[in-house]
Amino acid sequence: MARVQLKNLEKVYGGGVKAVHGIDLDIEDGEFMVFVGPSGCAKSTTLRMVAGLEEITGGEVIIGQTRVNDLPPGKRSIAMVFQNYALYPHMKVRGNLAFGLKIAGKSKPEIETAIDDVARILEIEPLLDRLPKQLSGGQAQRVALGRALIKKPGVFLFDEPLSNLDAKLRASMRVRITDLHRRLKAEGLSSTVIYVTHDQTEAMTMGDRICVMQAGRIMQVATPKELYNHPANLFVAGFIGSPEMNLLEGHLDGSDFVIGAQRLTLGIDVQARLASRPADAVLGVRPQHLTIADDGLEARLTHAEFMGHEVYLHAALEGQKIVAVVGAAEYEALGKAETIRLRPDAQHLHVFDKTDGRNVSLRGGSAAA
Amino acid sequence: MDMQAFNDAQAARRARLMMLQQSIRYVLLFAVGLVMLYPLIWLVGASFKTNSEIFAGAGFLPRNPTLDGYIHGWQTSTPYTFGRFFWNSFLIILPKVIGTAISCTLAAYAFARFDFPLKKVFFVSVIAILLLPNVVTRIPQYILFRDFGWLDTFLPLWVPSALAGDAFFVFMLVQFLRSLPSDMEEAARVDGANSLQTLLYIVVPMLAPALISVCLFQFMWTMNDFLGPLIYLSSVDKYPVSLALKLSIDTTEAFEWNRILAMSVLTIAPALIIFFAAQRYFIEGISAGGVKG
Repeated sequence: MARVQLKNLEKVYGGGVKAVHGIDLDIEDGEFMVFVGPSGCAKSTTLRMVAGLEEITGGEVIIGQTRVNDLPPGKRSIAMVFQNYALYPHMKVRGNLAFGLKIAGKSKPEIETAIDDVARILEIEPLLDRLPKQLSGGQAQRVALGRALIKKPGVFLFDEPLSNLDAKLRASMRVRITDLHRRLKAEGLSSTVIYVTHDQTEAMTMGDRICVMQAGRIMQVATPKELYNHPANLFVAGFIGSPEMNLLEGHLDGSDFVIGAQRLTLGIDVQARLASRPADAVLGVRPQHLTIADDGLEARLTHAEFMGHEVYLHAALEGQKIVAVVGAAEYEALGKAETIRLRPDAQHLHVFDKTDGRNVSLRGGSAAA
Repeated sequence: MDMQAFNDAQAARRARLMMLQQSIRYVLLFAVGLVMLYPLIWLVGASFKTNSEIFAGAGFLPRNPTLDGYIHGWQTSTPYTFGRFFWNSFLIILPKVIGTAISCTLAAYAFARFDFPLKKVFFVSVIAILLLPNVVTRIPQYILFRDFGWLDTFLPLWVPSALAGDAFFVFMLVQFLRSLPSDMEEAARVDGANSLQTLLYIVVPMLAPALISVCLFQFMWTMNDFLGPLIYLSSVDKYPVSLALKLSIDTTEAFEWNRILAMSVLTIAPALIIFFAAQRYFIEGISAGGVKG
């Protein structure tokens, strides 16, 4: 069984640049774990350290029961799918699939059977005798997937595998990969997945759990739902969700949040939890959780984006940008109004400490419920 | 004049102009090409002439074509036929080319893909050797090989090259390797291949165009090398063709130019044949290093 544990994992490059700052993470057997973050957040580096393609300069990687720090990639019971497929250009698809098994010294009939199985699952049977350059992007990525699958590894590593595909293909490959994962799991095969992406849609739709990273540190590890509903800090709040969560700066006054001349009653006093003095805070509310209501906060409408069934209203609230998603009918009802009143849903408010970015409404639980 | 007729006239004029341009271009190219190739054509023609006819005119068509030059040239003035000298050349070229391909690939792979202590120092010394004039090393090399007892053997002619002694080839392959993405090699390592297997099964096939150029260069340069054999070989039975050609000038009092020319034609033939057969890869190999990056 292939549980993956990262213990205080560090990466320091030759010039003393620290890319990964002591990561601790426990990935359960059979779990689909997604690493997500902006480019340069060291998610790929972390993955490559698990794969053995990047030297580990501190901490441990444990796959199953084995500490793999000093094992070559081929001995770690992993398979990897690369962003640009990395198919061997001079070998036919069949040869690409067979390579790992040949190196492992498997017999010819064994390899043939394995190729047939994988080709059937991924529907690449007609492509077996083609060269990689004769494949389209989607086909090449399927072959790359097959090359990983055929090894029956303990852990699958995906390094932005869908980034080079067009949007439509990406959506279908997303489904294919999650299906495959479910199928492997149902068959009782080891199917732990670590999937690196910068695309939050992929992260949210595919992951059992998501590990949000920034600048070599883990920001939050949680299920997609938890991440969306209870972001642990400002970074996660701003990174997950589309359009982005509105983050309004202001300060706390008892159980009121004060933005410029306007006040919002939070219904709970979290002032004591703030590290910032005076009680500077950031109020987080998703555009979907704002409704037009007479008792809302006043904002000046700047422009509206018509998306079909809904409209994104861009407005300025005390000089700060705010976006609200409203239904098309509600937008019509506004007429030519220049100011709108937006009421945040009290159930979905987040208060963040301005200094360290923590979500202070989370602790104690009730505020963010 | 109506518009249609006018347009037709214009089109016809353009076509005539185009035709004229093309003709001028081709005539010019043909003329320059001929000037460059004429010595070679003359060489082939003259090899079928009699000795006296060679200096009679600059034309290349022999009046009384004769194979005399080839027949007598092949016999040579030594106890050996020219075939013996070809065989000697072959005995030098074969281990040299194979050795160069293998050793330079290994060295280039190490420089391009691995980190090891003093790598920079080593690489700088490769470049330094590249810039060093050959002449400078002749004497120390000679003394070294004399002490090895390698004089008058083929060893000094191919062993240094077979041990990646040709910095130019190492450098060329390093540059080519650097332009190749390392993803495939990483994929191979994940697939369980060790460094040598990765090199053999993944890198070498991708390196093929560059390797073919290396082999071709080495072949041609060795075939044409005169100074090396001249310094290290003293027995006539070990001479390669480059020395053998000179031999036919030295040993006869009146030069039999038609024999020399005939043997010259035979001497350049293998290089020409191989070059034309492999020219596609050759050009691909030279240009790929620069373009692909």
